[in-house]
Amino acid sequence: MKKIEAIIKPFKLDEVKNALHEIGIQGLTVTEVRGFGRQKGHTEIYRGAEYQIDFIPKVKIEIVVVDEMVDDVVRVIQETAKTGEIGDGKIFIFPAEGAVRIRTGERDKDAL
Amino acid sequence: MGAINTGDTAFLLISAALVMFMTPGLALFYGGMVRQKNVLGTLMQSFFALALVTVLWVLVGYTLAFGPDKFGLIGGLKWLGLNGVGQLPDKAYAATVPALVFMAYQGMFAGITPALITGAFAERMKFSAFIVFTAVWSLVVYAPMAHWVWGVGGWIRTLGALDFAGGTVVHISSGAAALAAVLVIGKRKGFAAEIMHPHNIPMTVTGAAILWFGWFGFNAGSALTSGGLAGLAFATTHISAAAACLGWVTAEWLKTGKPTTLGAASGAVAGLVAITPAAGFIGPLSALALGFIAGAVCFYAVSLKWRFGYDDSLDVVGVHLVGGTLGALATGLLAQKVLNGAVADGLLFGNAALLGKQAVAVAATIIYSFVATTVILRVIDAVIGLRVSDENENVGLDLSQHSEVGYVWHE
Repeated sequence: MKKIEAIIKPFKLDEVKNALHEIGIQGLTVTEVRGFGRQKGHTEIYRGAEYQIDFIPKVKIEIVVVDEMVDDVVRVIQETAKTGEIGDGKIFIFPAEGAVRIRTGERDKDAL
Repeated sequence: MGAINTGDTAFLLISAALVMFMTPGLALFYGGMVRQKNVLGTLMQSFFALALVTVLWVLVGYTLAFGPDKFGLIGGLKWLGLNGVGQLPDKAYAATVPALVFMAYQGMFAGITPALITGAFAERMKFSAFIVFTAVWSLVVYAPMAHWVWGVGGWIRTLGALDFAGGTVVHISSGAAALAAVLVIGKRKGFAAEIMHPHNIPMTVTGAAILWFGWFGFNAGSALTSGGLAGLAFATTHISAAAACLGWVTAEWLKTGKPTTLGAASGAVAGLVAITPAAGFIGPLSALALGFIAGAVCFYAVSLKWRFGYDDSLDVVGVHLVGGTLGALATGLLAQKVLNGAVADGLLFGNAALLGKQAVAVAATIIYSFVATTVILRVIDAVIGLRVSDENENVGLDLSQHSEVGYVWHE
């Protein structure tokens, strides 16, 4: 099992979710996050005072899949979340040690 | 004792309710501009000020402001605890409405004025210190100044200076107190180093809208009768707010390249402040010019805190002291006897003397409020301390002062 974390542009979330659904992904977790990479932040102005905001809003998708699914999931996210501009985000892949479905107690592959 | 006029009474009752609504409106206006961890502490200061000052007003504030004159400086204690203030009109003030209605109407002004100051020391004052300050300030600063300007025998009223609805008493006094307060209490931790931007501008815009709405009671109601004068004040109030909204947004657009929502809301409030002393004395086009200029001037005035390094957190000095002073002096330029037979013409209509009187009233208000506020705050600081601890300032007023939070994390 692997855990895939993708940091993407917020407006791409629905598109990515639909594409993942099409390849059989049953569930995922989404968090609103902020961060910075190579993309520059923006300026906010309050009563004439200008502030440079470095942390840009992004969405983090977390999804745990069996090993055979990893390549498909990563490809789908990469293709769907891409705009070609700086700031499209990143995908990270981690080994997942186990999983438990809380309702039934099923484990690992059965719990996904 | 005069006869009650039902139209005047109905109008002043409604006006009093409108002015009451301004203080919770101010709470929202300020509450949206602070950081999330201080939203309740900020709302609470305005909301509680209205309640606290109302109680004091009934017991002693009203008679200090409007009781029989003592030396032109303060009212006597004849109406302590509203003794003798009843359903019959008091001829000296609103001659056609019950004295109780006039008392309630004036009490709303007394309530909002110390609430205005809270924007200056936002996000760092102990609630206990705030209570002591507000109570003492309303009796030692507000009540005598209301007497000077509106009380029969009050020295500024006798001098012939004009203040239709509280430009000096409410706005200059709270603005000067705000300046004194930020100098005594000091900056917030991290001021100018950390980003402290508003946490909820929709809340602030809602508050500004409520202030604009309530201000019709504040200014038109100050005619104390329902008729032509109230109509003039209503129109000039609305015109000035609108023009000032345009003035502020124009100035910021030119300077920063962007028109902002916070700027539009702030500009409208600046225009309402500036028209307050002038509302029943100047014409519609004068109000338009005054408002537009006030919007632009206040936009530049709020940036002074960065240049001089004082932390007037929500710009009480830039809006109320500067806007109030502008309005009070403009009254000396733009007042017209043809609009209000009870007053003298301003400089632009051929009478220079009024402007001098306005300047005296402005200077006296600034000096008295600044000095008295400084003394009050220094004494409170020495006895119980003004500021929350550094740790509590980091945590925020909501948790540290009130043990609650404005926004729950989940259900």
